[in-house]
Amino acid sequence: MAEVDLTSVGKVYPDGTRAVTDLGLHIADGEFLVLVGPSGCGKTTALRMVAGLEEISEGEVAIGGRVVNRVPARDRDVAMVFQSYALYPHLSVRDNIGFGLSLRKLPKAEIREKVDRAAEILGLTEHLSRKPRNLSGGQRQRVAMGRAIVREPQAFLMDEPLSNLDAKLRVQMRAEIARIQRDLGVTTIYVTHDQTEAMTLGDRVAVMKKGELQQVAPPQELYDRPANLFVAGFIGSPAMNLLKATLAGDAGDARLEIGGQTLALPPGVLAERPDLASRLGGEVVVGIRPEDMEDADLVEAPAGSALTSTADLVEAMGSDVLVHFALEADQVVTEDTRELARDAGTDVLGHLERPRTDLVARFSPRTRVKVGDPVTARVDTGRLHFFDIESGAAIWGSDAAGPSREDENEGQ
Amino acid sequence: MSTAEEAAPTPAPTPATARDGAAGAPRRNLAARLVGRLGGGAAQTLLVLVALFWLVPTLGLLVASLRSNADNNASGWWTVFTEPAQLTAGSYSALLDKGDFVDSFWNTVLITVPATVLVVVIASLAAYAFAWMEFPGRDWLFLAVVALLVVPVQVALIPVAKLYGHVEFGGFHMFGSITGVVLFHVAFGLPFAIFLLRNFFAAIPRDLLEAARMDGGSEWTIFRRVIFPLGGPAIASLGIFQFLWVWNDLLVALVFADTESQPMTKWLQSQMRQFTGNIDILAPGAFLSLIVPLAVFFAFQRYFVEGVLAGSVK
Repeated sequence: MAEVDLTSVGKVYPDGTRAVTDLGLHIADGEFLVLVGPSGCGKTTALRMVAGLEEISEGEVAIGGRVVNRVPARDRDVAMVFQSYALYPHLSVRDNIGFGLSLRKLPKAEIREKVDRAAEILGLTEHLSRKPRNLSGGQRQRVAMGRAIVREPQAFLMDEPLSNLDAKLRVQMRAEIARIQRDLGVTTIYVTHDQTEAMTLGDRVAVMKKGELQQVAPPQELYDRPANLFVAGFIGSPAMNLLKATLAGDAGDARLEIGGQTLALPPGVLAERPDLASRLGGEVVVGIRPEDMEDADLVEAPAGSALTSTADLVEAMGSDVLVHFALEADQVVTEDTRELARDAGTDVLGHLERPRTDLVARFSPRTRVKVGDPVTARVDTGRLHFFDIESGAAIWGSDAAGPSREDENEGQ
Repeated sequence: MSTAEEAAPTPAPTPATARDGAAGAPRRNLAARLVGRLGGGAAQTLLVLVALFWLVPTLGLLVASLRSNADNNASGWWTVFTEPAQLTAGSYSALLDKGDFVDSFWNTVLITVPATVLVVVIASLAAYAFAWMEFPGRDWLFLAVVALLVVPVQVALIPVAKLYGHVEFGGFHMFGSITGVVLFHVAFGLPFAIFLLRNFFAAIPRDLLEAARMDGGSEWTIFRRVIFPLGGPAIASLGIFQFLWVWNDLLVALVFADTESQPMTKWLQSQMRQFTGNIDILAPGAFLSLIVPLAVFFAFQRYFVEGVLAGSVK
């Protein structure tokens, strides 16, 4: 068990492609850090550089205080769980789990004992003599985990270990991985593109985009205080609604003008974000989480706290109802939102004849809204998010607790 | 047969089949039924008959080798079915008493086994390097190896014979030695062997090798404990091919072996007479040279296991 340090790590492939830029992370001993981001954001490359499967082009990687840039993978004493599990097909489960130990020339009896113990933790005891091809997906995944834990390495590296499982099994294995990691207390770096996995597993979550670290923070902080538009849009499901709005009024009585509608800002909002005052009269990007909106028919909606539109689509999820509607506000088109759209597989961002932005609100199941009905959404104006329209950075203030991008790159 | 039935309803979407699909449903059912009926009995019977027909010459050879020379000269081998008393092992005991035949049998073994083992070992190491190790010029080197595939044996006979003529030390002459024959076979077996194994090794999932690397494996351990076992089917088939090729070779032996180092094929060829029949030597000799490769094939065929990679990666 050890801490893992990445200092200004970069990866440039021989053909000039840059996969990772100036990545700085400090992972404490026993910490569970999740690297998350859309495909192609460099998270797997970063992990493979820690593993030693990918050469480190720039910067330094240290495991347990030892710089390992020039240390081959087999001597780094880290274990990796692969997305494909990478089980040895010609070996039994027992030999698969014990493979690393037998390469280290441990006595047979000791290997046996350690494999038995790992198998017990993972519930694989009765499958030890079977071959991987006779196992189910979940069991294969467990064997891959067993191969990692039996070695008692300095750190676990996991590369999307759950993405080949079906949804139900994924939730179950997710809990299991969390339990095993907590019990063993091994430093873990976990790569995923699934933000739910990131939020539920990580002690801290590092969000990456195009090879650059966007924010590292505990999951709740990531959700509450995203550092920029990209993190805001990536974390949370359904994603945060992002709209262009004009900040009007004065410091005592600020208002947001969104496509002809007005939201009054409670005084606390400006107090918390000193930088916001200087933007009065200008345009900002405002972010509204779907869960911060509620059907105005069900709750009290004071003046200046509601948005009205027509319901385009109503999705009943049982526990809540997702209502889609559009506002006559300009779409937010920045590099961040384009990247998010690319990740979601939509290319709707572009010039429209009239300003129009689609929103999703998460209403209580008691709502009576039907498709085509007029809908009034009560917005929790105290929980709005504000971003700079050019840089996409969250608007806070130097003396506020809000994180800025520069601080983040140093980790915590 | 189910494969035929499965294949039938999924033709390429050409206009013709699209038209058939609209109007020709009963016809396809008829065809499917025909295939099914044939597949059940007639087709299989036919296949068995063809296989048996193919075995007739071998059977004739075996029977002829078990008859006396006088019987063989007087009547066809099939008469043995009406007169089983003809059968005798006399030809075999006479043949095995011939010292030069027994020597040539051992020469064949001494040529074939090293030529096979060397090719398998060298080719699998080279194939691993070509498939999975990074070094400058790797792909060009591999291309050069592949290019060697097209060099016919015949063009190399005279240059190599001349070269062998120069290699002699301490009473050892490369030309006419077993070593010379083995080296020639190895040299001409390697390009195909490397080509075959490299392509097989390259299809092994990269993750497996990386997992072995993370588990603490050096290149050598990875080769020995992951690649070699996984390459089993390919290596076994390569070994069998190489064994058969060298065992049955006559051309290389005729050029490079002398009477001391000659394999069975060359010895048998030297026993051929133009006018008098000596089938009592040729038939048992040929049958003995045939039975060993057959035994090798049946011993190794269990390594042709399909789907050995199933379950490693999903």
